[in-house]
Amino acid sequence: MSNMLEVADLGHTYGDHEAIGGLSFTVRAGELVCVVGPSGCGKSTLLRTISGLVAPSRGDVSLHGSHLAVVFQDYSRSLFPWLTVQGNVEFPLRSLPRAERRKRAAEALEWVGLAGAARKRPWQLSGGMQQRVAIARALAYRPALLLMDEPFASVDAQTRFELEDLLLRVRREHDTTVLVVTHDIDESVYLGDRILVLSGSPARLVADLEVPLPAERNQVTTRTDEVFVELRSKVARLLNVGKPAAMDVEKWAAAERESLSETVSS
Amino acid sequence: MGGLVSKFLQRWTVFAGLVVVWQLLGWFADDPFFPPPSKILTAAYEWWVVEPSNFTEHIVPSVTRLLSGWAIACVIGVSLGLLLGRSERAMEYAGPLLVFLRSIPPPALVPVFLLLFKAGTSMQLATIVFGVVWPVLLNSVDGARSVDVTKVDTSAVFQIPRWQWVLGVVLPAASPKIFAGLRVSLSLSLVLMVISELVGTDNGIGSQLMQAQREFDYTRMWAGIVLLGVLGYGLNTALLAVERRALAWQPRSRDEQHA
Repeated sequence: MSNMLEVADLGHTYGDHEAIGGLSFTVRAGELVCVVGPSGCGKSTLLRTISGLVAPSRGDVSLHGSHLAVVFQDYSRSLFPWLTVQGNVEFPLRSLPRAERRKRAAEALEWVGLAGAARKRPWQLSGGMQQRVAIARALAYRPALLLMDEPFASVDAQTRFELEDLLLRVRREHDTTVLVVTHDIDESVYLGDRILVLSGSPARLVADLEVPLPAERNQVTTRTDEVFVELRSKVARLLNVGKPAAMDVEKWAAAERESLSETVSS
Repeated sequence: MGGLVSKFLQRWTVFAGLVVVWQLLGWFADDPFFPPPSKILTAAYEWWVVEPSNFTEHIVPSVTRLLSGWAIACVIGVSLGLLLGRSERAMEYAGPLLVFLRSIPPPALVPVFLLLFKAGTSMQLATIVFGVVWPVLLNSVDGARSVDVTKVDTSAVFQIPRWQWVLGVVLPAASPKIFAGLRVSLSLSLVLMVISELVGTDNGIGSQLMQAQREFDYTRMWAGIVLLGVLGYGLNTALLAVERRALAWQPRSRDEQHA
């Protein structure tokens, strides 16, 4: 299988705070990789450097494709309230002819089961539905890589399960390459073909684990599967190793927040 | 239907009551400085309807000046405001200058514009534009800055073209604040239109007002004042209607969300 994303010795430093310390990994085409790490370990920075929102201090990110899409955690801010659901999905497609744009948007909304909501405003939908709109928008863009930043962290548990299964279905049906950044160990095992475990700040790769679960997953049976339980405890143990002192976590979280508030002009 | 009628009554009862009181007081007092509404209306009718030339030569040019001055100020204010609002450096440089210029009372500049443009339409337009551009400009700056980080990131990730960034993201995100600025500047336009017509011109509502006052024709003076009130009310109502349509996408109440 060919590589879709290659990250080589990626490092990023804000002032004298090192957020990422030399990360190297690859994502193969059609693969779903989860990046899991403790809160404030530089996951967001990793995502921002891969997506090109921040230029890394050192190292290389190479994407084998023309463009990527991002699904952000905060769907209510990521969607545009002045556009309809359909308008939001068409948002990245303005360079295409109108008919093509329409077709792709309708298609993507169909995939996430929102064909009936095309004319609504995003804020008229529930949180889970809004995140589905964001996923549809990303899929309509036909990205080489779909990046997801804690995509299901802002919805309730029930909806979260639904969205996880939706993601698995959609990426299987459309052969999408996905990189999910999460702090949720269970989610990373449930979703991933592979898990990249990061250490605390500066983020370093602790383990690159294959998930030996069948492609078909089920919220009830998979989560009680022995392989799942074992892998989950393994990841948990890995994350606890070298757990940073509470004070440092505060400091890193503050540094990361600061970096996020730096506006990026488009 | 009944709701509409009662709402209409609720809105206009106090206004109508005041007119009635004024009418009665005017009758009893019989003071030349304060004619009753009936006389003012008669004067207005004779002045502008019986002699339509007064309407076309004074009211139409006044309103035209007001609207074109306001429109020019809107275009300048919104485009410059969005530009400055999205560039931190530019605002650092231009900020003090803007605050300084805004602090100058526009009527104080009428003599300067008189020198620069001579009396006439250009001087009046300059006065209106200079006076009303600030609320639009500063609100646009504010609005452009209010685009949240996630929307900035989303736009950057999808690599949208520059025009879409400006017209499709920054402008709509700023539009609630821009409209607030437009409303303030529209009522200011009316004020500055009158002021700009008080000197060096013999046409327009302002000059007619001055003339009526100089000729001790207080009924006509009042007719002019009432006309300005009606004009201000009408323009504001029209703008509000436009605003309601343009900002219809805004969630109006909490209950409407996540319905």
